[in-house]
Order: sequence, then structure tokens, then C-alpha cells
Amino acid sequence: MQYAAPETTAEATRLLADSPGTARVLAGGTDLLVQMKFGGLAPDLLVDIKNIKGMRDVTPEDGGFRVGAAVSGAEMGEHKAMRALWPGVVEAVELIGSTQVQGRATMAGNLCNASPAADSVPAMVAANAIARIAGPDGERDCPVQDIPTAPGKTSLQKGEFITSIFFPARPDNASDAYLRFIPRTEMDIAVCSAGVSLTLDTNGTCTDARVSLGAVAATVLLVQDAANALIGSKLDDSALEALGAACSAACNPIDDKRGTIEFRRDVTAVLAKRAAKIAQSRAGERS
Amino acid sequence: MALDHDTKRDFKIIGTRPLRPDGIDKVTGRAQYGADQSAAGMLVAKMLRSPHAHAKILSIDTKAAEALSGVKAIITAADFGDMRKGEAMNVRDHIMARDRALYDGHGVAAVAAINEATAKAALALIKVEYEILPHVTEIADAMRPDAPVVNAGFVQENAPKGYSENVVSAHEFGHGDLAAGFAKADKIISRTLKTAATHQGYIEPHACLASMGPDGRGELWCCTQGQFYIRTLCAEILGIEESQLRVTASEIGGGFGGKTTAFIEPVALVLSRKAGHPVKMVMDREEVFKASGPTVSSEIDVKIGMTKDGRITAGQAELRYQGGAFPNMTNWLGAQCAFAAYDLEAVNAIGINILTNRPKQAAYRAPGAPMAIYAIEAVVDELCEELDLDPLDVRLKNAARKGTKSSYGPTFDEIGLVATLEAAKIHPHYAAPLGPNQARGLSCGFWFNFGGNTSVSLGINFDGTVGITEGNPDIGGSRASISMMAAEELGIPYDKVRTIVADTNSIGHNDVTDGSRVTFAVGLATIKAARAAIKEMCKRAAKMWGIDEDAVIWEDGYAKPAGQNAGEFEPLSLAKIARKSANTGGPIAGHHEVNADGAGVSFGVHLVDVEVDPETGFTKVLRYTVFQDAGKAIHPDYVEGQMQGGAVQGIGWALNEEYIYGADGKLQNAGFLDYRIPVASDLPKIDTVILEIPNPGHPYGVRGVGETSIVPPLAAISNAVSRAIGVRMDQLPMSPPRVLKAIKGAKG
Repeated sequence: MQYAAPETTAEATRLLADSPGTARVLAGGTDLLVQMKFGGLAPDLLVDIKNIKGMRDVTPEDGGFRVGAAVSGAEMGEHKAMRALWPGVVEAVELIGSTQVQGRATMAGNLCNASPAADSVPAMVAANAIARIAGPDGERDCPVQDIPTAPGKTSLQKGEFITSIFFPARPDNASDAYLRFIPRTEMDIAVCSAGVSLTLDTNGTCTDARVSLGAVAATVLLVQDAANALIGSKLDDSALEALGAACSAACNPIDDKRGTIEFRRDVTAVLAKRAAKIAQSRAGERS
Repeated sequence: MALDHDTKRDFKIIGTRPLRPDGIDKVTGRAQYGADQSAAGMLVAKMLRSPHAHAKILSIDTKAAEALSGVKAIITAADFGDMRKGEAMNVRDHIMARDRALYDGHGVAAVAAINEATAKAALALIKVEYEILPHVTEIADAMRPDAPVVNAGFVQENAPKGYSENVVSAHEFGHGDLAAGFAKADKIISRTLKTAATHQGYIEPHACLASMGPDGRGELWCCTQGQFYIRTLCAEILGIEESQLRVTASEIGGGFGGKTTAFIEPVALVLSRKAGHPVKMVMDREEVFKASGPTVSSEIDVKIGMTKDGRITAGQAELRYQGGAFPNMTNWLGAQCAFAAYDLEAVNAIGINILTNRPKQAAYRAPGAPMAIYAIEAVVDELCEELDLDPLDVRLKNAARKGTKSSYGPTFDEIGLVATLEAAKIHPHYAAPLGPNQARGLSCGFWFNFGGNTSVSLGINFDGTVGITEGNPDIGGSRASISMMAAEELGIPYDKVRTIVADTNSIGHNDVTDGSRVTFAVGLATIKAARAAIKEMCKRAAKMWGIDEDAVIWEDGYAKPAGQNAGEFEPLSLAKIARKSANTGGPIAGHHEVNADGAGVSFGVHLVDVEVDPETGFTKVLRYTVFQDAGKAIHPDYVEGQMQGGAVQGIGWALNEEYIYGADGKLQNAGFLDYRIPVASDLPKIDTVILEIPNPGHPYGVRGVGETSIVPPLAAISNAVSRAIGVRMDQLPMSPPRVLKAIKGAKG
């Protein structure tokens, strides 16, 4: 196995593109190293991207933030302005693993691991985050929801890797929230989850919303019917009921050791409703 | 000796909380655990395990693996000695499949190689040809007359008829006229309750270092609760005499009963014998879950009758326990414990053992009791709810006490159940207000406690300090407690005494650290050993003074003349007698060997408040208080630790822990991610109230405290959740999907 720690994006993409065997990108390594140690994964090449300039920076851009691919959960949690703008995203990232794992784990890694239960992904999808991808043919931007294509699979091509994730600007009276269900209180994996991002007008009526669901299908779902249930409402009970119903209807979960289909359908709706209320309250505080 | 029958009441050291002797080693990493030993020329061993729940092994081809550079030995069941019966045979066959793999993860072959990577590569080169057989992992399925037979030849005469050959034994206890008892009841409730198999969840995996010499003598270092029993098992399996194998117990990172038997040690020894090198073997977590000894799962039918004013008129239970592919005695224990907390005129409990395609169960704190008492206490609580009676008053009304003929036969001597219930009743917790979706549950708990074979040696060093050699691994603070009892008896400070856990060849036989026996039995032997040393020190003082040895007494660490008639002499301290001992007859020591009985049963009562989220079925434990009779708490920190630890493990068992098998008979959650033990943030502080009702069978009144505490949490939490949601829960764990389903079911 070869290990490389290039200092430029171009060098990293060249190494990844030229590798004849299995190549993997190493950022935090909190999934990759576990797969290598216990999952039987034996890559021929590891490309550590942490030495590339900008990978560990959170940079203001057009009123939003560009988050480097190697920024850890702990660094996100300490970034006050990012937390103020996208609190749902930051709280989702902070749910990943233990304190020790937080020191290493990255959103880009969470995304590329392509688990439908990844905590940061529904929050990023609700936030309409855009991944910037470097590859042999240069850079391209891609909405986060189009990166995972199936459990463990992504749309990234050979030689490509994510260099940053962009979170756009948003109006003052807008916010987001993420909730997951786990049988414990921490150190666990989502049985189901929901991210809600919304914008209110001065009357408190929802003018824009994105609702995403995790662990209830092969990839994270962006549920337009659920967003429509909120838009035009003040998140009254009937709107929330419609939101929950839309979420339950959109779910396509499996029965497994972590939960039943019935449980996931029911609790996804509960989480979406609760997340919407939290996002509404946060948006109110920012207006 | 008059002293034998006196229960001491005034203590200087007992009941204080000195620093633990192993603390600094454990926090600095100096403590040597199972995997911390190495030897020159050491090889690394790995096991090949069956991927099938039940399969005939048609052939094992190890040629390619043997040819791999760095592979030093490969063994299969054929390399183990021939045995036709007994527990050692079952242990051997549970470790390594003979002609059939009996569970997912059953060992099939083992490799010793120069390093782990080579050993793993060799495993991949071993070709095993299987013929997959029908399997059965659940109790009801395994009992059916046409069920696949898991492991033939174990059916005992007492096994109930009309079932498959998997139903191997039944043990029945009780007394009185059940029909007459039920006829007196105003309300009778019958229910079937189920519990899942759980794992002890010790953090340290099984690990050992084995070395067999060409002369047939062996050394074994391992993480165990009983080095003597490991020696017995390994000697039988290897066909050697016990004197030829020395077993040393490492420090232990949790056992809870799960390290009372062998899972890897015989394999490492046989590999070492074949390779001619020391062999180290360490299980990974998946192996621990799949191929160590989880607890039984159970299905229990309970029928209890009660009068309107809360008197239990009759109780009946059939307890069906599966403990994997080999027979066990847990059904015998569980049937005895089920109704032990109650004074009943008519009671009957029968415990049945069923074989399944799962790993062989091992002990887990009070084996058999948590499930049994869960089932009984859940039905008692439901009767209290139905009859609108206070659940604590009902327990008090029916509580076993001194003179009660217990449900399993013996008549109780001094026991602490009533005192424990009364302490719970007056505790502020019992009257604290509850909010919406919150409820309180309670349960009694019981465990027999054991004594057993014990040897202790106590040496008086020339400098006046004391060394104690004992043979039970310290899993709950026994080194501190033993030192404290010796210091108390000798009349010297705690820090003058050091207790070590010796290997099998440095002290007489000791039974396994189980049955909450160590503080009781080793403590008793320590006190007797100290008394033997005191007798000798009095003799030396008599010699130094030139008086009769009967004229010397021992008081607060000094030899003194017994009275004025004995003469006027300055008292001689232990240190002074020790310093002179070379000139008064040589070194001074005391020892004691005993098969201790009179362990003294222990009762506990747990109170718990929970809040259930009605929309998700999530249970939060809000408040928890443990009341338990310790007889006498030698070191209260450790006693509280046992009470808290049992409660926490019980919370895990009640809410989330379970062995989940798929339709293919494979274990689906062999890791701590999906086998959910509680994490710190899941728990409130576990409050403790120690009761001290002295055990007449121990010089200081000690009762074992290590196991009773895991018995009540299952029912206490189940009762609390049932009351919070308004539906009686009848299955553990009460995982959120199960609770939410019950809530939705009640809404119709």
C-alpha cells in the first residue's frame, strides 16, 4: 500500500487518476481506517488531502461559507458564524461519533462514505449545499444530494475528489435544524433522521423550505411534497400534519436490526415536525 | 473457638473507604491485562470460524495454509484429546467444532503464525467443505417435536416429554396446594414474558499467552475469573496432570461471570504444544460476541393469584431457557429464584433447558435470576395496578423474612428484604412527584450467594508488614477488602497490608470468582488466617516474656498479658514480634483452607422513574435508587459500585441489549454499535442505600453484593414503562420500536 500526502489539488487528482488499483482519499479517516482495520478494505493507494492548501479552512464567500474537505466536526462546532448561519448543518456534523472522532471526522468524508444514515448529509441536502469537485479535467460543482448514488457508492469519477462544500447565504429570517432518532443518547447511528431548512416572511409565513430524510431509503431523500406542506403556512398543526404525512409517504425504509419499516415511517414524520418547529423558532430569533 | 460465632460489630477499618490498591496501575497503564504479556519467539493465533448456524463439516483442507511461509501450526478438533462426557468435553466442543458447526462463529480450525497478518492469510487458505443443516435459534421453534436436533445425547430423565430432543432437562421447586391457593384469589393474572439473550459486555476481550514445553509442562497467562478452573479444564482437554500446568490470572477488564470458563486457552495451549513456541491469542470484539458465553434467552409463563388486599395466594411459573448448543444449569437456578422474595403457601416453578444453534451460555451476574424475577415482578406489579394497591405495600405484605420456608426449599435465617423494602418506602424517591409521560417502577431482587473452596495464606514480614496471598482474581475490589479485613483483625493500619492474587502453583485451590463469593469466603478465610497468625504471635510473646502462651491476649495490634496474674509486661506490637521472629522460632504466618458455607442470601429493591416519549417510544431513565442488603459493607465505595454497576447493566438489558439472529441463524449485531450497552449520557446518577443486616455465617456479617443488583432492574424498568404508557409490556428489551408499537396498539 502506498501513502501520499500531496500539497496541491492537481497532484492529488493525478495520483488518484493514475493509480491502477484501489485508491482512497484520506481526510479524517474515521470511516476509511475502520474499514481497513475491520472491514477487509486494502487500498493500493491512500491520498491524504490534509496538506493541500485550503482543505482545512472555513472561508466566507458571497455571504455564505466554503468549508474545506478536511475541516473537522470540532472545527465546525467552534465556528460561530457558520453555526449562526447554518445551525442545523453544524448540529448534524457534531452528532457524528465521539469527542475523539469529532477531532477528525469531516463532512466531505461523511458524504463520500455514502451511508444513507450519515448524519451531516440530510442537513447538507436541506441546506442545498454544493460540493466542489476536483478532477483530471478541472473543477466542477455538484449539489450534495447528487453525490451518493447508493449505499457505499458515489457519482465521483476516477481521479475526482471533493475539495470543499459551499453553504450559500440566506435571509435573516431563515434557519434550519436536524434531528435523528437513536435508541441511545450518543455514540450511535441514525435509525431515521430529518433535516428541515426554511425561510419565513415578516409575518412568520414560510416562503421557502427544503425537507430531507435520512436512513429511510438507499440515499438521503429530498422531499418536495414535505416542503410544499410548509410553504405558505405558519407551521400550524395542519401544516405539520401534512408535513409528517408527506415524509411518511416518501419513506422507503427497510426492516432491519435498527428498526422496523413501521417505526421508521412513524418516527421520520415525528422528527420532521419537530425539526420544522426548531427551525421556525431559530428563524424567528434571527429576524 | 467462641469467636467463630460472634459477629463483630465495632470496627476501626471496616466501613472506611481507603484508596484502591490497583488504581494507579490501572490509570497509568502499568497494570498487565490479558493481551499485555509477550514472550520471546511468540507466535500469534487466529481461529477460523463457521459462517453457518448449523452445518456438517465434510472436510477441512489445511495443506495450502500449512505451506504458507510463517505458519507454524494448524489445529482442528482432531488435535484435541478424546473425551466422552463432562463439562470439559462440552467446553472443548463449544470452542472447536468436531463433526458439525453448531452456531454462527463456532471454531473450525486455528492457526499459529509468526504474525497476525500471516495467521489471517493462512485462515483464508483453509478450505472447509460444509453441508448446511437446518438450524434453530429460538426457544419455541427448538421445542417443537419435529425441530432440527441441535446436539443429541443430552436429554436427562427429568426432561418433559412430547418435545424435541433439544429439550434436555427440567428442575421443579415449590410447595403447597396450588389449586387451593388460586381458589382463594380475588384476581389471577397469567402472562408469558420473554427476555432476549444478552452479553456481559466486558470491555476487555478474552486474551491469553500459552507456552507448552517439550517436557509436557505448561505455562498459561490469561484473563479469567478463575485460574484454577481454567487449569482443570485445560488439563483435562490436553490430557495432562494439573500439576504440569501453571495458570496465572492477569488483571481483568470486566468479567461479570463471562470469564468463568474457557474460550481460547485450550486452543493456544494445543497450538503451542504443536508449534513448540509460546502462542498468544486475543479475541476481537466480533469473536467475543459470537463465540464467548452470552446469557440465556427466556420465555416464562407466570400465573399469580392475589386477594383484594394484596396477599399472594399462589404463584406458578414455567421458565424456558435456551443457552445455546450445550446444556446448562441456569434453568435450575432460575426456577429457584423466581419466587424467592415471597412468603407463599402455594408455589411452584419449573425451569426447562432447551438447546439451540447459539453459543454456549456462560454465567452473567446471578445467572437465571434476572429473567425469572422479571417475569414474576411484572405480574405482581400488574396485579397491584389492577387491584389498585400500592406496589411497595404489597411487597411488604408478602415479603419473605426470617423463618419463611423459601420457594426453593430452605428456611430463611436473618434476611434483609423487609428492611430493604421499608428503606425504599421512607426514601424521598418513593414520594417524589412525576410529570406527564413519567412513571415509577419497582422490583425486588434476590440472589443466593455462594461460598466454596478457598485458600488464603498470610505472612508476617520481618518489618512488621503483612503479605496476603489469595487465589481469586479481583473483579470488584477484593484485594482492598481482603487487606482491610486482615488489618482489622490484626489491629494494624490498612496500608501495612498488601494482598496479591497468586497463580495456581503458589496457593491451595480456590474456586472461581463467582457467586459473589470472594468478599464472603476469601474474607472469612483471611480472618481465620489472621487469627492463626495472631495465635502464633501470642505464643512468641509468651516465649519472649517467659510466661504460658494461654496467658497472652491480642488487642489492637499488640500482644498483652491476659491479666495481672500473667505478670507485668510492656505490650509487644506486631512489628516488634515480627522483628524478633527469627530468634523466637522463625517466620510467622497464618493460613486457612475451607469449603465455606453460610454465604447468606442477599435481597435488593430498586426504584426507577422513567419518561417515555409517546411519539417515538424512547425511554429516558430519570431517577434510579438501589436499596440492597450488604450484610456488612467492608469498603462501601466498592459495594456502591457493585450496586450501581448491576443497575446499569440491568438498564441496558431492559431497554436495548439483545442478541439479534436473522432467519439465516447468523448473529446480526456482533459489535458495540448495534449491541447497545448504555453509555454514560443515557444514565442518571444511580443512588444507593446500603442496608446492613449481618450474615450470621461470616465473622463480620458479610454477604456477597455482586449479583443481586442486576436482578431487579428488568422488572423495575418494565413496570415503570408499562405504567407510563398504560400498556403492560411483556418482552425485553423494550426497544423504541417495540414500545411505540405497544402504544399504537393500545390506541387501536
